[in-house]
Amino acid sequence: MMGRWALAGCLFWVLSAPSLAAIEATAFPDETIKARYYDLIAMLRCPQCLNTNLAGSDAMIAQNLRATVRRLLIEGKTDAEVKQFMFERYGDFILYEPRWTAKTWLLWLGPFGLVLIGLSVWWSMGASSRKIRHGLSDSDRASLKRLMDR
Amino acid sequence: MAKQSVLIPVIVFAGIVVLLWFGFQLSDPHLLPSQKLNDPVPDFELPNLLQAEQALTAADLTGEVSLLNVWATWCPSCIAEHGELTRIFETTGLRIIGVNYNDDSDAARAWLERWGDPYAFHIVDQAGTLAIDLGVYGAPETFVVDADGIIRYRHVGVVTQKVFEETLAPLIQNLKDAS
Repeated sequence: MMGRWALAGCLFWVLSAPSLAAIEATAFPDETIKARYYDLIAMLRCPQCLNTNLAGSDAMIAQNLRATVRRLLIEGKTDAEVKQFMFERYGDFILYEPRWTAKTWLLWLGPFGLVLIGLSVWWSMGASSRKIRHGLSDSDRASLKRLMDR
Repeated sequence: MAKQSVLIPVIVFAGIVVLLWFGFQLSDPHLLPSQKLNDPVPDFELPNLLQAEQALTAADLTGEVSLLNVWATWCPSCIAEHGELTRIFETTGLRIIGVNYNDDSDAARAWLERWGDPYAFHIVDQAGTLAIDLGVYGAPETFVVDADGIIRYRHVGVVTQKVFEETLAPLIQNLKDAS
């Protein structure tokens, strides 16, 4: 019984560690800047870690970039200017919503294309199975009946 | 018609195979394209690691073709790279400039004491501001900067002898011939 509680305690501790790690004591001059800071670091991707945002990463570069976002906001930059600052240095990668360019249109339209392909395959499969259902000959029906009656 | 419907999944499958075949052959997804290629080295004013009273600026990077190497004592692959940088300096005399990135300066000086110092000088970038302006996201990273202080190439990761001889050396020769 003790062992089970100890195990639960350990699990709780291990599982809560990542969320603790992301909390930093940072001071903000006012609540609006603080809210914008948390929005921005959630929208910007950590360049080191492929699929974590700046908010969720402990990488050194993410810490530096969080500090940079905070500094830029306190300097009075707009959200768009902060994103532009990051884009100029790290490119489309850092924006979780990449902009529309000749290089990124496939990213935006690709999923719709895949859905269209899926729908057309589904439709053509439906069409061919309908054809088979109506296409049974009398001898097919007879042999089917024989099989079913066995 | 029945024949065609058999073909469709085959074609779709073949399409996915081709897409993934080429997708997985693309370069390492960790390697982000540099945004700073053919731009001047961004402005900065930071201390010199070995002469703290001296302030270094982007102008100190001009004059000759150089390697700008981002390193730190917390970066194990920088030790692996150090031997090659030393070899490059000893065999070619190329100017190598260090950016000591997010590091403790005392530890950095001790590191150079221990492993040797083939660099012309080191820029102390304790807060990582120059690194961010360069679009650096880890260490080591190495830039080829031409005599006018323009960034001509960026290599993410360790500069090995292969990387130097196949990629950097021909580029550096071209830049030297052009100027």
